[in-house]
Amino acid sequence: MNQLEIRDLWASIDGEMILKGVNLVVPKGEVHALMGPNGAGKSTLGKILAGDPEYTVEKGEILLDGENILELSPDERARKGLFLAFQYPVEVPGVTIANFLRLALQARLGREVGVAEFWAKVKKALELLDWDESYLSRYLNEGFSGGEKKRNEILQLLVLEPTYAVLDETDSGLDIDALKVVARGVNAMRGPNFGALVITHYQRLLNYIVPDRVHVMMDGRVVAEGGPELALELEAKGYEWLKEKVKEGA
Amino acid sequence: MSEADLRTLGEEYKYHFVDEVKPVFVAERGLSRRVIEAISYHKGEPEWMLKFRLRAFEIFQKKPMPTWGPDLSGLDLDDLVYYVKPAEVRDAKSWEEVPEEIRRTYERLGIPEAERKVLAGVGAQYDSEMVYHRVREELERQGVIFVAIEEGMKKYEDLFKEYFAKVVPPEDNKFAALNSAAWSGGSFVYVPPGVKVELPLQAYFRVNTPEFGQFERTLIIVDEGAEVHYIEGCTAPMYSTESLHTGVIEIVVKRGARSRYTTIQNWSTNMYNLVTQRALVYGEAYHEWVDGNLGSKVTMKYPSSYLLEPGARSEILSIAFAKTGQHQDTGGKLILAAPHTSGTIVSKSISKGEGRASYRGLVKVTEGARHGKVNVECDALLIDPESRTDTYPYIEIEEETAHVGHEATVSKINDEQIFYLQSRGLKEDEAAALIVRGFIEPIAKELPLEYAVELNRLIELEMEGSVG
Ligand SMILES: Nc1ncnc2c1ncn2[C@@H]1O[C@H](COP(=O)(O)OP(=O)(O)OP(=O)(O)O)[C@@H](O)[C@H]1O
Ligand SMILES: [Mg+2]
Repeated sequence: MNQLEIRDLWASIDGEMILKGVNLVVPKGEVHALMGPNGAGKSTLGKILAGDPEYTVEKGEILLDGENILELSPDERARKGLFLAFQYPVEVPGVTIANFLRLALQARLGREVGVAEFWAKVKKALELLDWDESYLSRYLNEGFSGGEKKRNEILQLLVLEPTYAVLDETDSGLDIDALKVVARGVNAMRGPNFGALVITHYQRLLNYIVPDRVHVMMDGRVVAEGGPELALELEAKGYEWLKEKVKEGA
Repeated sequence: MSEADLRTLGEEYKYHFVDEVKPVFVAERGLSRRVIEAISYHKGEPEWMLKFRLRAFEIFQKKPMPTWGPDLSGLDLDDLVYYVKPAEVRDAKSWEEVPEEIRRTYERLGIPEAERKVLAGVGAQYDSEMVYHRVREELERQGVIFVAIEEGMKKYEDLFKEYFAKVVPPEDNKFAALNSAAWSGGSFVYVPPGVKVELPLQAYFRVNTPEFGQFERTLIIVDEGAEVHYIEGCTAPMYSTESLHTGVIEIVVKRGARSRYTTIQNWSTNMYNLVTQRALVYGEAYHEWVDGNLGSKVTMKYPSSYLLEPGARSEILSIAFAKTGQHQDTGGKLILAAPHTSGTIVSKSISKGEGRASYRGLVKVTEGARHGKVNVECDALLIDPESRTDTYPYIEIEEETAHVGHEATVSKINDEQIFYLQSRGLKEDEAAALIVRGFIEPIAKELPLEYAVELNRLIELEMEGSVG
């Protein structure tokens, strides 16, 4: 029961079916990778997990430690410990990171968080990310470079300490140093009380965040699963061979 | 100090309580020569002021109601009470002298506490009269005057007469004429040359009587090289019938002086709030208007700065929040009447439900005001599909060297932003409130911290349970 489980999930947007029966399990304590060609539906899955109202879930279940969360609003899911690092983090002008993070932490913990406690937590996270305090007084993602936006997502991950996190291409657009920093952030979260689904296109990230398992999505379904070696195979051979295999199987 | 510690300025719906105060004199309904004479009598005014009032009354009667702006048809000027004297004690110098029931109101509003902590002086008006005024002693010693306008008229008659109604004459508009005829209460402020008043002076206006008109009149003179920040706050309980607040604010900013006038108005939604605010800004001087309009049924308010000598500058920052049943018609006016003057208008409005926020502004560069520079930015945020905003930017340029920029944006609350914030645990309405706070942040950050916190708190209240 201690797992994030997606059961036969079908979902559409604007009348177009994007997810066509996704089955996937991330046990608590494990980090899994989700790979797959552009347009496979990886981001869609992430957003639906987080409760994006743009999508319509046609069928299936999402079970968070055994509880179906499909009827819950995005904020209720977040307060239950689910976190999505966005592929494209959103800019919110005029709202400082410090102000926002404190409100989010209070929501997550369901209580007031004093300034001292907040600072202690944020400072630790900033140190781990090699980030300057001055970022806290900047407006949320406004004018941030691609890499800064990604780093900011990991900052939120570290401060909010969710139980399950989906990281959507947090590595894309990062230089090698930033990549290491992000990996350090995720690895710091690793432990028996944390599960993650890391969406990526590149083996590069998986050298630093070694996944317990790898899932491959294509055309709205998970079509292959395996150990870390599956990612290496994809890196070497691309997706064509898998496509052929899926066709043969069908 | 944390934000939570600073939330000292009161609780939810604190404004809607009705005070149990029995006034000592209430004028008959409607405005007439008789009522004006009664007001003048109760104030023990000099003869010239009564004459001024009666002349203004004639002007008021001749001028038609303005029809170019919001709908004022719900305002019955004959049915209002124009003067309510709350107590015999006028303009006490200590809170102990203020009658207990009135004092309790201000305590509930957190005024004496704020005075101790963060203000250089406080004035408090209750219905028609100032009941309290006090400025810190060291400022008094430096010659700073901060008293009820009536006291200013009597005690500093020459200074008063030199400027009173010179910035905003009764001929200016119908409501300026009405105020000139019926004025009562408000502050008189004088800051001597070179004196810098570091903490703000605050006046607090409370309306308690229903179907009442409050006609505050404030005159501020900032002498050469001096500095001051004056803050005005307003509330009234909610009645089912309409009331009127018609203020006239006159400010003179002399050579090299700096002044700022901040209003955060949170009138109940039965108020017509029709105010004329104007500053004359002289050489190298700077004046700033910070204008926050949250409550009222209709607000018409366009703080204006006349830049009269070279190097004069002014900034007008305006925030309006209009909900269903409210029309905020606000903005600002900049008149450049000398070379090398410059100014900025930044207006941010939020419309929610069927609320309507209009930006109305005038930028004028007169002939000979060479190399004038003006920038206008107005941004509107719409919360609901039925929310409404419009802009009426009037620009009159008689100088070809003038540099005038105007930018306007209209945005809607963005679903992606809401989802992003919600995915971090904020409820939908909290997310919307945070986005609104971010929207007004460029102006809120200009406020002293306590007022920024108060403004944010008001916005949160306005946004509660708002999205669906
Ligand atoms: N509003 C929409 N209407 C129709 N199709 C849509 C809409 N939004 C997304 N899609 C489609 O859904 C599919 C899945 O998109 P998604 O972003 O989930 O892919 P992805 O696997 O994350 O791809 P990438 O690796 O490029 O990030 C794509 O084919 C996309 O075009
Ligand atoms: Mg994607």
